[in-house]
This record gives sequence, C-alpha cells and structure tokens, in this order.
Amino acid sequence: MADRRTTKSKYTADRRIPGAFEGETVTRRRFMSVSANVAGAVAVSAIALPALGFALGPVFEKKDQPWNPVGRPGEFPDDTYIPKVLTIVSGIGQAGKTTVYVRRRNAQVDTEPEDEWNQFVAISTRCMHLGCPVRFVEAASRFICPCHGGVYGFTGRVDGGPPVRPLDRFYTRVRGGQVEIGPRFSVNDELKRFSPRDPGEPLDGLGQYFYPSRPTTRNGPNQ
Amino acid sequence: MPKLTLPDSLRPAPKRPSETNGQANGAVKEAGISAIDWVDERTALTGVARWAMFRKIPKGTNWFYTLGSATMFAFLNQAITGVFLAMYYDPSPTRAYESTRFLTNEAFLGEFVRGMHKWGSTAMVVLIFLHMARTFFWGAYKYPRELNWIIGVALLILTFVMSLTGYLLPFDQRSYWATIVANNITASGPFVGPYLADFLRAGPDFGATTLSRFYAIHMMLVPAIIIGLIGAHLYLVAKHGTTAPPWLKATPPERQREDSA
Repeated sequence: MADRRTTKSKYTADRRIPGAFEGETVTRRRFMSVSANVAGAVAVSAIALPALGFALGPVFEKKDQPWNPVGRPGEFPDDTYIPKVLTIVSGIGQAGKTTVYVRRRNAQVDTEPEDEWNQFVAISTRCMHLGCPVRFVEAASRFICPCHGGVYGFTGRVDGGPPVRPLDRFYTRVRGGQVEIGPRFSVNDELKRFSPRDPGEPLDGLGQYFYPSRPTTRNGPNQ
Repeated sequence: MPKLTLPDSLRPAPKRPSETNGQANGAVKEAGISAIDWVDERTALTGVARWAMFRKIPKGTNWFYTLGSATMFAFLNQAITGVFLAMYYDPSPTRAYESTRFLTNEAFLGEFVRGMHKWGSTAMVVLIFLHMARTFFWGAYKYPRELNWIIGVALLILTFVMSLTGYLLPFDQRSYWATIVANNITASGPFVGPYLADFLRAGPDFGATTLSRFYAIHMMLVPAIIIGLIGAHLYLVAKHGTTAPPWLKATPPERQREDSA
C-alpha cells in the first residue's frame, strides 16, 4: 500500500490551509503541539534530573579516610597481631567502627617489597567472601570467618573456604611517635596493591578487569 | 433444640398496601439511593464497579483462586501496619535500634503491630509463591495472559526488594550484617556490581545515609510501584477473567452439541 501522505505537498500553502504563508512547511497546529511537548519535557527534566543526580551523586563522590593513631611502635610485636578499633565512618556510632589487626613488619613472612607504608602491617577484619568480620585465632595463627568458614593464613592470604582474595590492608606510617592507620587498600594473591574493592571481587587473573576501581575510593596513601 | 425464630417485626416481608411511604426506614433507603445516584451521575462509577465485580467465573473455581487476593491482603496488612510503625521509627543509625526497642517494648500494642508487619512479610512471600504456583500449574499464564504473568514477576521481585530493605531497619546485629552481606553480593556482579553497591550504600562503606536510603526505598519508592502494578494486575484479571482449572474439558454450548449430533 502506498503511503498516501507522500502525495501531499510539504508546503502548507499548497494544502490550502487557511492563512498559510508562502514556503511554510510546519502547520501551526503541529508547531503548537511540538512546542507544548518540549515545554513539558523541560519542566519534567527540571524536576527529574536533579532528583536523579541527588540519588546518584554519592556514587561519584570521593570519600577521604583520615589517619588515625593507634599506639606507640613498641606496642606491636612481629609474630602476632594486636587488635585495634578504628572509626572508619564518623557520626553513626558503633556501626562506623571496625577492628584492625596490627603487627610490625617481619622480613621472614612479609615478602612483598618494603616501603614507607608497610613498616607496620594492618589487616582488615572484613572477610573477602561477603564481608563478615573475621577474627585472628592465636592458636591456629590464622584468621577465621564465622559466617561461611573462610580461613586466612598469617599474612592474610586465603588458606581455605570461599574467600576470593587475601584480606584487605590499610596503609600505615609512623608520625610523632605513633603508628597511624590510613586508607584501606585491597591486595591480590601476590599482595600487589589495588584501590579498595568490595568483598567477593577477585583481583587475580580476569577479576581485576571485571571489578574496576570506583570513584568513591581511588585513594593512595597520600589521598 | 427448639428452632430459633425471628420476631415478626424483623422478618423481611413485602410491604402491606396500608404501610406506604413516610416510614423512617424507607426515607433512609431513598436517601442512600439518591446519594449513590448523585455520585454515579457525575462519575459513572457503578458501571466500572459492576464490570470489575460482577464477572462470569468458570466452572470448577475453587479455593486455590483466592491466593492472589490473599497476597494482596497480606500487602495491605504490610501497608497499614507499616504506616503505624513509621510513626515511632527513627531511621538514623544512632536512633534506629532504640526507637525499634521502644516501639516493641513500650508503645501500646507496639509488639503486636510490629509482629503483624514482621510475620506478615513472611506470609506475603509464601502466599505470592503459592499464587505463582497456582498460575503455573493451571497454565493460567498462557495467551492472552502473558503480560499479567510478567507484571506478576515484577511484583515478586519488588516483594523481595521490600524484604531486603526492611530487614535492615531494626538495625540490630543480624540486620546490619545481613545488609553488609547483601550489599557485597550485589557488588560481586561483574562491571556494574561495584557501582550498584556504592549506590545502595551511598558511598564506599556502610555510612550515615545508608539506613535512610533503605528506609526511603522501603516505605516510599517500592510501595508506590507495587500499588501501581497491583492496579494493572487487577485490571488485566478483570479484563481476561479467570482461567478454568485444567482438568475441566471445554464444553460447547448446548445448541452446538445438538447441531453436531
């Protein structure tokens, strides 16, 4: 079936529309309805876009993590961990606190390259399976997760269970006679540093490409 | 046992010719009818109500057909008890647990209303699955009802979203860690997972606005969508009618049977 509209002229004057101007192709009715729709779209966007930005904003907002002193360097042995409680989110009470296991660097077990940020090793208690809190069991010299049986060795590497990568760590430094704990970072199985990832995201092999870093947490030690 | 009988004055009986108008009873009835007429003349709502309520239903309709309504009433129970819980609940990380404790232990009937909401959510999930199973085993998702099945699946997913976001609100250890785990499951989806988790938490860590975010999703965003979709679901049910049970053979009208004999 042929399109009947193509037989019509595109000029309103040829279509005998009353009051048509010469060379006019858009009817006034059409112009009115298009401009009313555009005005409506602008009005809706004026409300919807800021609301959407408001909801999505935190995804792009970088959160800095301050350095917190946790004790004198002499407090920390190099063959076991000392638990320290750290506030990582302020203003929300107990929910913003986390436990960090801290020890002095031990050249015999810590084979990753030495620099100014790992004179003390601070290991996060966030299990890398789904984020439950692990605890260090002195007798086994291992980190054990209560939820689904994840087990980590002394350096935080996975010994067994479902976790997909070693325990996260924190940058550490010594300032004014105090060991300070700074931003979190994630590590792969060679203990290479990555910007912080959520639990359940492997960083070995293809995992590092499947789980890109996020704008909220692209922190180095210097922020 | 002697049979109980109503006194004569209460028995429905046709009017005697002598008792004409002027009775209070008749006047009230007249007023009611004229009020309905007044609304109907201006809205034409009785036609819609008749279309929605006085439908033909197939032979063999049984108790399994009540599961959809049961799910809807479970939702209404959640909506009503939820409104009253919101009167006491305070979605701030430092106050949420305390306000939940107060409404459970100290507010009058608070434990009952919270119990209705908590157990009602489980009932709703169970009922929505039974309703879905009934639809599946009856073959009631087939042409022309496919769209209603799709809307139903959306309602099922939204019910899960309600369960997930509501679980955090008491803000005890269980709900906190369950939400951490749920967030990290979200994050473990490749490529978009990390950003979705940041969106849900409003940041890289469970923070000050995570709880209020879950609260807003739980009590405003998702209920509004659920109410709209239930409306569409019911419209399509009224439009298509219910399906006959699969064990009933279709029987042609009597006239046709006589013709073919």
